[in-house]
Amino acid sequence: MRPSPLNLLLLGLLMTLSLLSLGLGEAPLRPGEVLGGLLGWGAEEHRLIVRQIRLPRVVLAWLVGATLGMSGAALQGLLRNPLAEPGLLGISASAGLGAVVALYFGLGALTLWAVPLAAMGFALLATSILYALTRAGATNLTLILAGIALSSLAAALTSLALNLAPTPSGVQDIVLWLLGSIADRSFDDIWLSLPFVVLGLGLLLTSAPALELLALGEGEASTLGVDMTRLRGLIILGSALGVGAVVAVTGAIGFVGLVVPHLLRRFVDYRPGRLLLPSALGGALLVLAADLAIRLIDTPRELMLGVVTALVGAPFFLALVLRSRRDML
Amino acid sequence: MSLLEASALQVRLGGKPLVRDLSFALDAGELLGLIGPNGAGKSTALKALVQLLPHSGAIRLDGRDPATLPARERGRRIAYLSQNDSLQWPISVRDLVALGRHPYRGSWWRGDGGLGRRDDEAIDKALRATDVWHLRGRKVTELSGGERARARLARVLAVEAPVILADEPVAALDPRHQLRVMELLRAQSRQGRGLILVLHDLTLASRFCDRLLLLDRGRPVASGTPDTVLTQPHLRAVYGIRAVSGRHQGQDYLLPWECV
Repeated sequence: MRPSPLNLLLLGLLMTLSLLSLGLGEAPLRPGEVLGGLLGWGAEEHRLIVRQIRLPRVVLAWLVGATLGMSGAALQGLLRNPLAEPGLLGISASAGLGAVVALYFGLGALTLWAVPLAAMGFALLATSILYALTRAGATNLTLILAGIALSSLAAALTSLALNLAPTPSGVQDIVLWLLGSIADRSFDDIWLSLPFVVLGLGLLLTSAPALELLALGEGEASTLGVDMTRLRGLIILGSALGVGAVVAVTGAIGFVGLVVPHLLRRFVDYRPGRLLLPSALGGALLVLAADLAIRLIDTPRELMLGVVTALVGAPFFLALVLRSRRDML
Repeated sequence: MSLLEASALQVRLGGKPLVRDLSFALDAGELLGLIGPNGAGKSTALKALVQLLPHSGAIRLDGRDPATLPARERGRRIAYLSQNDSLQWPISVRDLVALGRHPYRGSWWRGDGGLGRRDDEAIDKALRATDVWHLRGRKVTELSGGERARARLARVLAVEAPVILADEPVAALDPRHQLRVMELLRAQSRQGRGLILVLHDLTLASRFCDRLLLLDRGRPVASGTPDTVLTQPHLRAVYGIRAVSGRHQGQDYLLPWECV
């Protein structure tokens, strides 16, 4: 794939915003100091602040945003539905439930991988259920309703687990974590999710040409050489791996996968295959920007990232539904 | 050797046989019309022929079992237009037609570089043949029903497959474009391709097809030239109608007239 101007632009913006984000904090750093700290020629304290404290937050923003953005774009292409999104469809909530179940049963103590693995497993289950529904001929409306049902069920089961939790102190941590945030995470968290995110996004990217053909409908796409079983597997597995892995670290951050592909679609001539990479870059950009806004806005206590994306994303979703109600639902 | 052959083709869905004992051979240069009332199994048979539905019996595409061909190679040999227009996303007409070149494309990472000059020629030819050349930059969602049907047909022609199966290619068109598209499809057959069209319009079927295959409740009832298939007894037994027929400019025509 040749780098398109759109991708280069998004990448440039992402890098600029990342440098800004690395410089921002209790000890503000100039861009030169940030670069010095990052690349190792700067002062010891700059290196410490940039690499140890601020870099994990930025890298995590990339991972979460890229995963949610690309999963949203791929799911929209596969389900042929512009409203599909990991958060709305209950995939993120299911992943959250998986993580809570793993924590609740103390599986996290057995192995560090238990939480992300459980999150990915539950995400996979949710995605497969949704796909089975669309195969059975569900309309866009049915699919969204099914997503809402899945979300509610996952939220209810999560609450149940919290109610039954033996230690109240642990509950507050989990509740806060479920709201979605990328603050105060370390590189250990990143190493835990990175392999799955890379694998998941890789799987999604290989689905690009087939997604393109799916614009024709499954029948005609099959007769042009698209292996539908493989395509479904790639996207379901890819988004479940990615979303599960990031939700296990950051909690559920909604609407990124809805907003980003929608905003970028026109710049790739509405071609679903070409939308994947820009959506990943745009998602990273959006999460980073939202996180930057949280840190710049002076609130008594730092806002949760998931709360902010929902505050912006939910009205956006509503507007999208209302505007295209006639031809979509 | 025929381009496409089926013998004792059978399709069952949920234990219910939808197509039974269907046998035919499609030769190069032939336009075969698949006709029959609603629910006769025409679309089902077409889907089975392009491997979209599980079936029993033998299918031979150029003498080989299409199920054993790699999907892309099969895609180059047989092109399919489905009955349902399920186009999603406002992609441009040219991008839509270009999708027909997918079976020829190289590896995925080559992206658009996979479309070469040969592909561009095929796309342009298909756009002109279906009279949508002037619409090539428009979004498919902005087209009228007839324009959209022709753009979808252009996508099928861009495959340049020796066999074309089209499920009701003229159903959404006005009379002028119905005639134009039927002429175009016949021209495709005269260039040596083999075509099977599912048709509801018996007048067009009798006027344009070389041969007709009449299905009733999943079974072939009659097969042959239009004048031997579209007889009053067949029309009465299968469709429950009576038709007016005659000759004009040396050609038979048929006009469904009343229910019986």
